[in-house]
Amino acid sequence: MLGVGIIRGLIETGRNFAGSYVRSERLTTVQYPEARLAPLENARTIPFLVYDGEDPVQGLRCTACTICEQECPARCIHIVKDTAKKPDYVGKMQLQPAVFDIDISVCMGCGICVEVCPFDSIQMDLVFNLTATDRFAALLLHKERLAKSNAYFNQIHPKKSSGIDAHRAEEKSKAEAKARAAAAATTAKPPPTSAATCGAGK
Amino acid sequence: MNALDQVFVNLQGWLVGLAPAGLRALAAMVLIIAGLMAVFGSCFALTTVMERKALGRMQNRYGPNRVGPCGLFQPLADAVKMLIKEDVVPFSADRVVHFLAPLVLTVPIWLAFSLLPFGRNMTAVNLDAGVLVFFAIGSASELAVFMAGWSSQNKYSLIGAMRAIAQMISYEVPLVLSVVPVVMLAGALSLEQIVQAQAGYAFGFLPRWNVLTPWGMVGLGLFLTAATAESNRSPFDLPEGESEIIAGYLTEYSGFKYALFFLGEYLGLFAITGLAVTLFLGGWQAPLPWLAWLPSWFWFALKFAALMAVFIWVRGALPRLRLDQRLNFSWKFLVPLALVNILAAALWHLSRQWNPIFAAAGARWLLGLAIIFPTYVWLGRTVNPLFVPVREYSYAE
Repeated sequence: MLGVGIIRGLIETGRNFAGSYVRSERLTTVQYPEARLAPLENARTIPFLVYDGEDPVQGLRCTACTICEQECPARCIHIVKDTAKKPDYVGKMQLQPAVFDIDISVCMGCGICVEVCPFDSIQMDLVFNLTATDRFAALLLHKERLAKSNAYFNQIHPKKSSGIDAHRAEEKSKAEAKARAAAAATTAKPPPTSAATCGAGK
Repeated sequence: MNALDQVFVNLQGWLVGLAPAGLRALAAMVLIIAGLMAVFGSCFALTTVMERKALGRMQNRYGPNRVGPCGLFQPLADAVKMLIKEDVVPFSADRVVHFLAPLVLTVPIWLAFSLLPFGRNMTAVNLDAGVLVFFAIGSASELAVFMAGWSSQNKYSLIGAMRAIAQMISYEVPLVLSVVPVVMLAGALSLEQIVQAQAGYAFGFLPRWNVLTPWGMVGLGLFLTAATAESNRSPFDLPEGESEIIAGYLTEYSGFKYALFFLGEYLGLFAITGLAVTLFLGGWQAPLPWLAWLPSWFWFALKFAALMAVFIWVRGALPRLRLDQRLNFSWKFLVPLALVNILAAALWHLSRQWNPIFAAAGARWLLGLAIIFPTYVWLGRTVNPLFVPVREYSYAE
């Protein structure tokens, strides 16, 4: 009969209205600035650079290999290699970036740089309030602002970062075992200077 | 009781008494105008925020809740926003008509409030042909809407205005036809007398409001449906259908002129709601005899608020109709039903003089329902193509 559907609709909206005062599933809004939803594991906004330890320059995982720069579909990453090298987490000498810029006005947050990075150095961030009054300079993020600690990475993507950390710890212990074996094989010789730098690396 | 009931009347009388003797007539008028504008202006502000809050709750979210306590100062923020916005007039627009349209919409609506009896002795102008004058005033909005659509030189505005004209003219017919039984039974066009005709209680407790008769119930339904369309509200908001024609005849309006259109629409809704209260819900009469100690204007305000809540509820529940559905609904459903309703009202009136056993209220009720209900079902099933049987597909699974 005509009108039954209208009454059904009225009842549903009426239940929503009355229920919003007593039941939380009828009022699902989170009042944003005061209350926030917990971030999701796989959420992503723009990339950032991970560093180990305390020093964002010494601990930076990036080796300036420029794979991300080449793979970036939006061409928003700009890298200039430094001439100086520094040891990585297993003690191998690696290049480091003198300049690492991401133009976040161009970045589309696709995450391809994260996929291609062989050093787990670049990861997706969760920051989203990135407004600025300057359209150009303020939206070009430099290495200093992009570098964030591994502790922060652990905090925002706990599952992914713990996997990476376990993998890196395994690699490191393998490398250390190898170094010990090599040291045991050449036990007669005095400790070489390279081994000393190896130990200082990590 | 009497002092509280007549508090506004006495206040006005006292204030007029303060004026010099020569200016008293003028002072009385100015006071009434100021009072009506203050009450319904603040009513407009309150309704906009309450409507948004209620709609929000119906859609599982909070409404505006940031400005002031519980978001109640939202209208002030809206007003500031509207006032400081740039007033853009299109280059090729007819500037004079474009300027006049919001005024033509808003100004006559205020006249309608002078006709409504808001309480005992609280009618500003008690005209013998009050109902007729009310509808005459109400039809001015059609002119304003077409002025707005035509002068904007914009195809969306023009389409919106044409839709509005088609809708308002189509729904004016059932609107007036649904009022005819009330006028027939009360024997008067004066709103004051129509309220008086609904005084008293059957069996000592049942009010003799028109809505509690079969023709009055259907009449109120028809009236509210047609009033929704007359005031361009959802589900009949095709003239402003945002998803199709941007904002219809409001497309080229901004700033204060847009706010005036908004005000005019809400005032039209208030006026027509007040008329519905007067015609069908007994005006300012109390619903039960032992509640009559509460002031009459309180009962009017309560019924008014209840009907406004119904309008908001319907807006929250129903989607927008399609153009052909809307016109079919008016001409093929509402108008025939309103005509049958007049017949039912006539029988209700005549059956009072039939033999006393039949004249008992129950039998008259059944007679009314026996006429209206089958018509309703038949019209709903067959005439409106909205309700054709489900189509069968030969090759679909």
